[in-house]
Amino acid sequence: MRRTTFAITTALAFWLAAPDAATAQEPKRGGILNFAVSAEPPNYDCHANTSFAFVHPVRPSYNTLLRFVPDNYPEIEGDLAESWDISDDGLTYTFQLRQGVKFHDGSDFTSRDVKASYDRIRDPADGVRSIRQAAYADIESIETPDDHTVVVKLSAPNAAMLSQFASPWDCIYSAAKLDEDPRWPEQNVMGTGPFTFVEHSAGSHWIGERFEDYWDEGKPYLDGFRATFIRGAPMVNALAAGEVLVEFRGQSPADRDRLVSQLGDKAVVQESPWTCVLIVALNTEKPPFDDARVRRALSLAIDRYTGAEALSRIALVREVGGLLRPGYELAASQEEMESWPGFSRDIEASREEARRLLAEAGQENLSFTFTNRNVPMPYTPVGVFLIDQWRQIGVTAEHEQLETRLYQSKLRGDELEAGLDFHCDYMDEPNLQLIKYISSDKSSINYSGYDNPRVDELYEAQARELDMEARKGYIREIEKIAMEDAYNIPTIWWHRIIVHHDTLKNWHITPSHYLNQDLSEVWLDQ
Amino acid sequence: MFAYTIKRILLMIPTLLGVAILVFFMLRVMPGDDVVDLMLRAEGANVPQHVIDAERARLGLDQPIVIQFFSWFGGILQGDLGLSMWTGRPVAYEIGQRLELSLQVALMATILAVLIALPLGTLSAIFKNTWIDHAIRIFSIAGLAVPSFWLGMIIILLLLTNFGWIPPLNFVSFFEDPWHNLSQLIWPALAVGYRYSAVATRMTRSSILEVMQEDYIRTARAKGVFERLVVARHGMRNALLPVVTVIGLEFAFLIGGLVVTEQVFALNGIGRLFVQAVTRGDYTMIQALVLLVAVTFILVNFLIDMLYAVLDPRIRYS
Amino acid sequence: MSTGSPTLAPAIDYKLPKRRNAVLQFISVQPLGSLGLLVIIIMALAAAFADVVAPHDPLTVNYIAILQPPSWEHPFGTDNFGRDIFSRVIYGARTALAIGFLSSLAGCTIGALIGVVSAYFGGWVDTFIQRIMDVLLSFPIIVLALAVVAVLGKNMVLGIDVNLIIAIGLPMIPKVARVVRSSALAIREMPYIDAARTCGYSDTRIVMRHIVPNVVAPYLIMLTAFVAQAILLEASLSFLGLGVTEPTASWGLMLSGSAADFYLEAPWMIIFPGVAISLAVFAFNLFGDSLRDWLDPKITT
Repeated sequence: MRRTTFAITTALAFWLAAPDAATAQEPKRGGILNFAVSAEPPNYDCHANTSFAFVHPVRPSYNTLLRFVPDNYPEIEGDLAESWDISDDGLTYTFQLRQGVKFHDGSDFTSRDVKASYDRIRDPADGVRSIRQAAYADIESIETPDDHTVVVKLSAPNAAMLSQFASPWDCIYSAAKLDEDPRWPEQNVMGTGPFTFVEHSAGSHWIGERFEDYWDEGKPYLDGFRATFIRGAPMVNALAAGEVLVEFRGQSPADRDRLVSQLGDKAVVQESPWTCVLIVALNTEKPPFDDARVRRALSLAIDRYTGAEALSRIALVREVGGLLRPGYELAASQEEMESWPGFSRDIEASREEARRLLAEAGQENLSFTFTNRNVPMPYTPVGVFLIDQWRQIGVTAEHEQLETRLYQSKLRGDELEAGLDFHCDYMDEPNLQLIKYISSDKSSINYSGYDNPRVDELYEAQARELDMEARKGYIREIEKIAMEDAYNIPTIWWHRIIVHHDTLKNWHITPSHYLNQDLSEVWLDQ
Repeated sequence: MFAYTIKRILLMIPTLLGVAILVFFMLRVMPGDDVVDLMLRAEGANVPQHVIDAERARLGLDQPIVIQFFSWFGGILQGDLGLSMWTGRPVAYEIGQRLELSLQVALMATILAVLIALPLGTLSAIFKNTWIDHAIRIFSIAGLAVPSFWLGMIIILLLLTNFGWIPPLNFVSFFEDPWHNLSQLIWPALAVGYRYSAVATRMTRSSILEVMQEDYIRTARAKGVFERLVVARHGMRNALLPVVTVIGLEFAFLIGGLVVTEQVFALNGIGRLFVQAVTRGDYTMIQALVLLVAVTFILVNFLIDMLYAVLDPRIRYS
Repeated sequence: MSTGSPTLAPAIDYKLPKRRNAVLQFISVQPLGSLGLLVIIIMALAAAFADVVAPHDPLTVNYIAILQPPSWEHPFGTDNFGRDIFSRVIYGARTALAIGFLSSLAGCTIGALIGVVSAYFGGWVDTFIQRIMDVLLSFPIIVLALAVVAVLGKNMVLGIDVNLIIAIGLPMIPKVARVVRSSALAIREMPYIDAARTCGYSDTRIVMRHIVPNVVAPYLIMLTAFVAQAILLEASLSFLGLGVTEPTASWGLMLSGSAADFYLEAPWMIIFPGVAISLAVFAFNLFGDSLRDWLDPKITT
């Protein structure tokens, strides 16, 4: 019985890039979309937030300069920009802005707003929190020759720059409001987006209402939305009972199976690989993990292919991959991956090699504390899986699951032996994903204490390289070093599953839960 | 009586001060990330240290701990609970948003408990050591044994599998839409109220048993008055005092009991706020909530003592 | 989760009955309590001989047999890791009893000592101690425990989290101290204590020889009652993700985390651990209750 359910859902599951039947239907106007958000944003400032809990309720009130095409990730299109042009040397970006765009307070949108917003991100005033400042360090100046043109000049070419302008975090604020108070957006929501902000009832819900003067004629289709802050089992119950139609972060395979069996053909399942991965971080500054052989042995012991299959039934992980998301155009091919230690299909040979390396390093009876986060999905199952894998080469890892507060500080601290770290981004982009692997003194999120100037050089080179093939070459070299030195060992990539009611139309899954959430194209069939 | 009241009020001051000092310093020695790390570094964001430091300075977390204490405590004395370190909104506002729901659940659980406890406890005492007594004792001891969050999970399980229905998610005030309100809150009240009623039933039983030993009851019984009438007329009034006490104290502690239950029912109340504040490291919020609960408890205790003093003059003069 | 009222600790003079064949007598007078005791004994045996009794290893992960409903092979079904729930419930008794008993022992012993000291010395020592107890009493149990867990983190000794025991034991201290203090106060007023003092006996001797033996009965009663409370509290903390952590078999943990995600699909995942918690707490309460009735001369008929 169970197995059949599983087979059906898997068949149902695979999401195809081709537009589904729903898009062919004529969109209906009206209705309130009820959805769940399994956390709550602390404040309303796009530039200071990092959680999906922020994007889902707040993004519908804002626009960004560019955006990812809703049904065709990773293609990019204009949002507030109508068109753009990049100079041949890759140093000058010229954006032509849409005309007739209005803010929710009725004021006109101009190039000044774009400049003020990006200046706030790259050079924040005192007291303003700008989290992604570093990503825009290459910007030398932003000029506004007229009301509808913005010219961005870089000091050096940057392969990631264009897609960064489509970042969901770079909301365009009203320059007038920022002039009044640079911290105004922290407690106020006012943009040019498809929905105006109505209310946020702390701990309970968030309400948005259609912005009648939205620049995109006829959109949004919805009258409004109501986001309810609810998580865990109650959230899945609410989905099953139809109290909410969707939750946009992702459900576990078990939740998917349950919802599908409960809702029958009223359930639509969309699945996609996810730009998130769990990584084993080993403290290279302390024995025994100062020895690369010991680290590599731990990587060799992991049966990634069998593990991915088994875990995908109980946890939201599925794809075997390296430093970049498998399936991304710059990621290593299957063949290239299999040349790395621990990615061979012959697990017995790998484990043999692992035991040999441990013996060589005098660590046959290796035992250590494995720090994990006490978040059930997917940290616990992956942690339990890894410990079981290591046991099979005679290594004892004691599972230490800590509350997020203690977990994060332990990862950053000197006490760490080994920990299950994670990395999640809003898009596939080596500049973002590889920060985990550059020298720890240059990256605030590489907790292994590993330093290697060669990796940093290669990182810099790939970031400046505008030719795709040449860039790939540098990335392959970084990967090879990272896999052999095994200081941060990628395990199994996440797999995003969204189950929603079939009345929700024209919402498309992407490899990131931060994208595609302005809700301007979504409509309800009811 | 006046002197006793004053003495009793003065006694409350060191306790409150102790609670304030304890909770404040306990939080500041908490290891692990603070609110700034948790907010800015959520989901593993690559945030430069200077941004973290600036934010910490803005919240005053870089000040010496004693200075932090006095500026917080000074605010409390003026009735200012401060701003939540997580949302930046006033703590009083955040609590106010959730207080009505928690109070209502607590109140409903209390009513349920009283409705169950008084008749059952009395019956149990009258029919002491008979099968009625045993059955009621088993029922009430079970109430103490079943974790309320587990009972909540089972209630939801039954509702969803049998009726395909779950209680509504959003809170609506009882005065706006009583039906909606009750259909949301009756379930958690039931889950919490069962345990509560068990405590009260046991107290009712034992205090009635105790009163029945008193001389005047024996006299009344010797006069041949029908036993149940005796209990009703003479026993109840005296037996009620400890029962009222236990109900009052349990009520003060109910906020604590709601911590887990509100998670199960996804209720946006004080208990959930507390758990969130703890996981977010929102010091000002934790301090305010602990103070709130402690003050409630101390006040309830004070009122009970006053009640005793009024009813039993010996206490005043001891 | 408070048992009884802290402000109104009655100064009942409990006595350890000096009867022959106390066990037989207890069984005949307190059938319910005996039932509780029986359950406790069975659980203790299961916990002690878990490796023999449990049909499977509680930690062995089996991805081929995940979320299986109860069967002959797995009487309580399997969880999301394919682990045998029956075996985990049996091993869970070990965790529950160890943490329940140790924290209750620690909390009650420290509480009793504080109570005796406070009563015996009286004066400003008493006042000072009582104010501290007031402060601790003003925190709801779960709030105090949550705070302690958050402050202390984890500290594993022989596979048991010492800090968790402190977190669970700490809230018991003021309650026990109150009750023991009032019992001890009653004894302190007895003429023979004065006599002992006049004879020049040391404080330690008087406390240990005369006062401590007389508070043993209330101490035992509270010890039993608080084991029940400790088991519940451990379950609640583990449920909130702040107690015992995976993959240790713990009843509260079996109800939290992944169980919360799966329980509607696989209700056996929560039914059995929940029943185990309830049964254990039930047994301790039943036994504790009867023990009190049995030791309290006023209520015994």
